[in-house]
Amino acid sequence: MSTSTPNPAELGTLAQHQAQLSQGQFQIQKCQTCSQHIYFPREICPHCGSDDVAFVTPSGLGTVYAVTTVRRKPAEGGDYNVSLIDLDEGPRLMSRVTDVPPEGVHIAQRVKAHVVVTEGRGVVMFTALNGVAP
Amino acid sequence: MNLSTLRGSAAIAGVATFGCGEAPGFSEMELLARSAHAAVADAGLKMSDIDGLCTASVGSTMWSMPVVEYLGIRPTFIDSTMVGGSSFIAHLLPAMHALQSGQCNAVLVCYGSTQRTSTFGRREIAQARRWMDPQPYETPYEPFNPPSAYALAASRHMHQYGTTRRDLAEVAVAARRWAQLNPEAFMRDPLSIDDVLAARMVSDPLSVRDCCLVTDGGGAYVLVRAERAKDLPRPPVYVLGNGTAVWNRQISAMPDLTVTAATQSGREAYAMAGLGAKDMDVVQLYDAFTINTLLFLEDLGFCKKGEAGAFVRDGGIAPGGRLPVNTNGGGLSCVHPGMYGIFALIEAVRQLRGECGDRQVAGAHTAIAHGNGGTLSSQSTAVLGTAATL
Repeated sequence: MSTSTPNPAELGTLAQHQAQLSQGQFQIQKCQTCSQHIYFPREICPHCGSDDVAFVTPSGLGTVYAVTTVRRKPAEGGDYNVSLIDLDEGPRLMSRVTDVPPEGVHIAQRVKAHVVVTEGRGVVMFTALNGVAP
Repeated sequence: MNLSTLRGSAAIAGVATFGCGEAPGFSEMELLARSAHAAVADAGLKMSDIDGLCTASVGSTMWSMPVVEYLGIRPTFIDSTMVGGSSFIAHLLPAMHALQSGQCNAVLVCYGSTQRTSTFGRREIAQARRWMDPQPYETPYEPFNPPSAYALAASRHMHQYGTTRRDLAEVAVAARRWAQLNPEAFMRDPLSIDDVLAARMVSDPLSVRDCCLVTDGGGAYVLVRAERAKDLPRPPVYVLGNGTAVWNRQISAMPDLTVTAATQSGREAYAMAGLGAKDMDVVQLYDAFTINTLLFLEDLGFCKKGEAGAFVRDGGIAPGGRLPVNTNGGGLSCVHPGMYGIFALIEAVRQLRGECGDRQVAGAHTAIAHGNGGTLSSQSTAVLGTAATL
C-alpha cells in the first residue's frame, strides 16, 4: 500500500541536495533499480520511473560539453564562463569553470568539481585539469 | 483512425498582425484584440462567430480568461497551452480535433506583446520568473538566458561540425535581405557578414546581431473546417500536418545540444501530411537566434546533421538562394515580440495566398512553419498547403 504523507523528518530531494551542498558536499543520485546516475536530483528516476533513488558521491571528474562566455560590464564584475559539464558518471549539469579566464575554457577540457559555500549556501563549481577527454 | 485522417480537415481562413515593431501606448491585450478583430474580418466572419479560443501569455498564467472577457466571446473550446514561442503553432492540432468533433466551429488563435515598449521591463520580468518558473540548477550560474542557452548549443555545433561564426552570420544577413523586401519588417538597414561578426558580443559565440529583435506586436489567425473555408473570402490555407514535441525545459537537461525535438515534431507533421522536406516550397523557422535556423534546417530534413553551415553559405537561404527561409525577415529582422511562433505561421499563410509582394515565392503551394519555445525546449511543426495539395 502506498502512503501519501511524508515522514515529518523527511525532506524533498531539492532540499536534501541543497543541505548537502551547503555542508560542502556534492552528491548526485543513483537509481537503485536501473543503476543509472541522475542529476539534477529527483524524487523518481527519469530513466526507469523507479522511486528507489539514493544519493551517492561522484568522482567529481567531468568534461566540458558546451561553453559560453557571458559578457558583462567590468563595473558589474566582468565576463564570466557558463559551461555544461558531463560528469564521468554520465549526467550533465550547468556550472562554471572558475580558475581560468572565460576565454580559456574549452569543450573537451577535463574538469573537477568543488563546492563553494557563500553566506551558508553551497554551489558546485569546477576547476580545469590538465588535458582533454580522450 | 490516425492523424492523417485530419490532413486538410481544417484551413486557416483569416490572418492579421497589428502594431508590429513599436506600439507605445498600447497594452498587450489591445494589440491582441486589434489583431484578433482584423483576423476575424479577414476570414469574413464576425467576432460572434468565434466559438473556439487559443491563446497564451508569458506573463499571465490564466490568460484565456481575460481574453474571453475582453473579446466578449463564449467559446466552447479553450486551449491555453503554454510551451513558449511555439505555442501558437502547437495550438493547431488540438483545434483541428475540436473542429472535427463539432465541439466548435471557428477557432481564433491570438497573441499580443509589448515587450519593446512596456514599462514593466525585461529585467523585472526575468526577476519575477525566477520565482514563478524556478530553475534551481541553472539560476545560480547566471546564464544570460535565453541567449546563453542558445550560445551553448552553438558552441557544441561549432565543436562537433566545424560550423563557424561566419555561418551563423549568414543566417542573420539572409534574414535582413528578406526583411528589406518586406515593408512591415522592423529592421531593414543593410547588414553584412562583417557587421554581424563585429557586433557587440552577448554570450559567445553569439553577438547581438545573432539574437532576435525585441519588438511589440500582435498576431492572430482563424481556423475553420475545410468545407466552410471554401465559402469564405480568402483562399484557404489547409493544415496538412502538425506535431509538437517537448524533451526538456532547461538547456542542461537537453540530451544532445545539436539535435532538437524538431526531429520528432517534424517527423510527426510530415507523416500526417504525407510530405517531406523536399516537398516544401517555403520555409519559416523560428529564428530566435541564428543557431536556431541551422538546427532546424537539419532537424527538419533540409540538409544532413552538421551540414547546415554549408547549406546557408553564400546566400543559401537569402532571396535568390537555394531555399526561401524566413521570407518576412524572421525574428532576427522582422518582428519578435516575446514569442514569435504565430508570426512564422502568418507569413507562411501569406506566402501561400500569394500576397507577399516583392518577397513572394513564385508558385508556392506548400509551406512549413516551425515554432520553438523556451531554451530549445519545445518544438512544433506545421505543414500547410493550398487547395492544390489536397
